[in-house]
Order: sequence, then structure tokens, then C-alpha cells
Amino acid sequence: MTAAVHFDRITCTFAGKGGGSYTAVKEVTLAIGDGEFVSIVGPTGCGKSTLLNVAAGLLKPSTGTLSVFGETLAGINKHAGYMFQSEALMPWRSCLDNVAAGLEFRGEALTRARAKGEEWLSRVGLAGFGDRYPHQLSGGMRKRTSLAQMLILDPKILLMDEPFSALDIQTRQLMENELLELWNADRKSVLFITHDLEEAISVSDRVVVLSAGPASHPIGEYAIDLPRPRDVAEIRHTRRFIELHDQIWHAMKDEVLKGYLQTKNRVVA
Amino acid sequence: MNRRHLRIYQALLLFAIFAFWQLATDPELIPPFVWDNPNRAAFFFGEPLKMFQAIWVWFSSGTIYPHLWVTLQETALAFVIGSALGLVIGLWLGLSPTASALFDPYITAMNAMPRVVLAPIFMVWFGLGIWSKVALGVTLVFFIVFFNVYQGVKEVSPVVLNNATMLGASRKQLLRYVYLPSATSWVFSSLHTSVGMAFVGAVVGEYLGSAKGVGYLIHMAEGAFDINTVFAGILVLTAFALVLDLVVTRVEKRLLVWRPTQSETEQL
Repeated sequence: MTAAVHFDRITCTFAGKGGGSYTAVKEVTLAIGDGEFVSIVGPTGCGKSTLLNVAAGLLKPSTGTLSVFGETLAGINKHAGYMFQSEALMPWRSCLDNVAAGLEFRGEALTRARAKGEEWLSRVGLAGFGDRYPHQLSGGMRKRTSLAQMLILDPKILLMDEPFSALDIQTRQLMENELLELWNADRKSVLFITHDLEEAISVSDRVVVLSAGPASHPIGEYAIDLPRPRDVAEIRHTRRFIELHDQIWHAMKDEVLKGYLQTKNRVVA
Repeated sequence: MNRRHLRIYQALLLFAIFAFWQLATDPELIPPFVWDNPNRAAFFFGEPLKMFQAIWVWFSSGTIYPHLWVTLQETALAFVIGSALGLVIGLWLGLSPTASALFDPYITAMNAMPRVVLAPIFMVWFGLGIWSKVALGVTLVFFIVFFNVYQGVKEVSPVVLNNATMLGASRKQLLRYVYLPSATSWVFSSLHTSVGMAFVGAVVGEYLGSAKGVGYLIHMAEGAFDINTVFAGILVLTAFALVLDLVVTRVEKRLLVWRPTQSETEQL
């Protein structure tokens, strides 16, 4: 079976300000199967977002190829929906118009796009909030809007960059459960980035651990054999979860420390 | 102090100012202690009662309306044309680094130039009618809007842009659905200043040479040393500017509903 997203020896090097260069990720090979939920965890500044941008087609890798369903990607990845870490909604558009935007860009009639938008708003629990502007919504509601905005286009691949990191823990678990529910309905391939190992384990089929940057690369892959459907708040207390957590944390610990020291030294220097 | 009291005090203050003015300039009310000629003060500073009389005559006879209408027309045209030009050129230079690098020194130079000196040139080019005043107003409005839009385009959030791109927006659609609304919001945020500038352009243009408009009225009165009419004209202009500002505030509120303001943001 061809992978939904296949990173083949991807290296990304950026030109530094002082004339030097910085290699964010090096020789990353990674495949996300069709319908698979994969999380990437790693210390801060390890190039997780870089990988996601490569998968989205927003960033061209320095070397290596990225293929989507067996085809080498050139330009924007049209099969993918992207959920950003920070605010990505258009502030001048109402909640409904933000959700319908993708359909509008695709040339769908405005009335039809809006009707579908309403449908998606109620699916993410925002029925009746369509005429609000983003600044009138809470952080959690804005994330729901972003989720609906992405899912309305029915992408085959979901790319999520620490989407819930800005939320408080309760809202966050609620959103994770909702995401899992939506994902369960029709299994899309998900590449989920997070620095929170617990979040990664509770939502994924597989967790990939990246080494500390620069030149980070996967240092371990762990299959998460927890039964689905899951409740992210409850599953944290099961024995298997704790086992997996210990196992992955053990592998990650050194890298996290390394990453921490590097950032610290960079600040000092 | 609550709102109503504040308004009352503001009105009282205004009344007090005019009353003092009247007392200090009236030749019969206060013995002259600065000038030997009792009419000197009134000659230099005018008399509020006569000013209001002049204003009353203007409005009751209706002679002021054509002049106000001309000034309003010039202001509106200068604002619309200046804003449109500023928006288009601001978008263009904001999106094209080459063009902006090429034109940068010229834009800076033109903005630094005192534009009022262009008025005589515009009069030669466009005649004494409204268009020479519109042209002067445009040169004033353009730069305000231009700089705002230019900055606005540069500061469009890259995340919002990437998001729109991932949602399938083409380059043209990015321009229409992201850059343009973002830039327009910057035009509106400079609305007060640019409408004010359009007004200044119109009045200064009229003052420097025209056959109609409130600026023209002031200029004519000045030629006849009729200080009361000059002040009457200034008062009418001030009131007119206040009304204009009020309208702008209304329009702004309507158009920028999406924008968070600290007091209005309601979190759910």
C-alpha cells in the first residue's frame, strides 16, 4: 500500500543571518500510512514544524523528496488540510465565512458554501455562532472554527501543528476527544505535532520521537496499541498507557535535556 | 461627573468663552485700557454677536449653502480619489519588493515636500473650479492612505496567508480575500486623518484662489478687513469639520465591527 505521506531522506537547511547556515532536520525518512494517526514529539526547536511545512508544500526541502499517495509533491499539497498553532482565522470574516472560505476559493456558490459551513459549525458544536467574528470567540471556539475550516474541504491528510497547545487542559482534552470522534467517522491520515507526550500517546496509532536540533531526525517509533475509541482523559490512567509513557519518555529524556541545554546556551551566547 | 453633567459643563464653558470675548471686544462695555481707540479691539478680534449675526444671515438667506456644498464636494472627491490611489499603489508596492525598492526615495521625497506649494500649479493645470482643490486634497490624502496600506500589506499575518493558501486560495484570491480586506482595514483606521486632510486641502485651495466655497468666503472677507465674517467663516468650517468627523466615526463603527477593541471584546 502506498503511504499517504512519505518523507524520503528530507533535509532542510536554512541560511542563517550571519552568513552561516542552520540545518533544522536531516535525512528524515518517515511514512504515514493511509488512515493512520501519527504523532511527532520532540524537544522544543527540533524542527517539528519544519517537517509539517514540508508535508504541506509550504516549504521546499533542501534535499530529499516528499511524496503524497505515491506522487512527488510539487507546490502546495492539495490533499492536505493544515491546522496551525497560532491564530490563523481571517479576523475580518465572520466565523461562518471563515469556515466557508475554502469552498469559496474552490469556486463554489456562496449560498451552498454557507449552507455547508453551517452544517460544519454545528458539527463542531458552534451552531448559532456563525455571525460572530473571531475576536468575539474564546480560544477553544476559535480552534473549533479552525477545525471546521479545515475539515469542510474533506482533505485526505490532516496536518496539525500543536493545534491545542494554547488551550487550558480541560478544553484541550475536550477538543482531543472531539478530534478523535471526527477522525473515527472517516479515517484520514493525520500527522500530529506536539511537545506533549501524553497528548501524543492518547490520540495516536504511532508516536515518532525526534532528536534535539539542529539536524534532528527520528530516533524512535512506538506503536500505540491502546484500544479505540478512546477517551483521552480516562486513558491516561490505564496501565498500558503508563507503560508506553515510561518507555517513550525514557528514550526522549536525554534529547529533551540536550535541547534544553542548547536553547539555554544559545540565549546565553 | 456623569455624561450629562459633562455635556452641560462643556456647553457652559463654550458660552463663557464667547461671553468673555464679547465683553472684552465690545467698545461700550469695558473702558479701553490697552488701546486708545475704543474700536481697536473689535477691529482685531471681532465681536461674537456680529459673527453669529453674519452666520444667521448666511443660513437664513441660504447664501452659504452653495459654498458649503462646493467645499463638501471637494472634500469628498479628494478623499475618494486619494484613498483609491493610495490603496492601489500601496497594495502594489507592498506586494512587489522590486517596485518598492525602486520608488522608495521618490515616495519619501514627495511626502517630505510641503504640498501646499503645489496649489498654484494645480490652479494653472485644472483652473479655478473644484478640480484644482480636489487635486491638492488628493496629494494630502494619498500619502496617509498609501503609508498605512503599505505597512498593512507588510504586516499581514504570515499564518493567515499560509492558512488561506492551504485552503486553496490562488495568488489572485489571496489578493482579493486576504491582502485587500487587510489593507482596507488600514485605510479605515486612517479615516479620521485622511478625511481631515481632504478638508484642509479643499479649504486651503479655495483660500488661495477660487470663486466658490467657504474658504473663498473667508478670503473675500479678509480682503475687505471684515474680521467678523472671517471668524464667522472659521466657525462654520469648524462646525462642518465636527459634523464630518461624526459621520466618519459612524461609518468606521459600522465597517470595523470585526476589529477587537479592548472594551468591546466579549469573551464567551
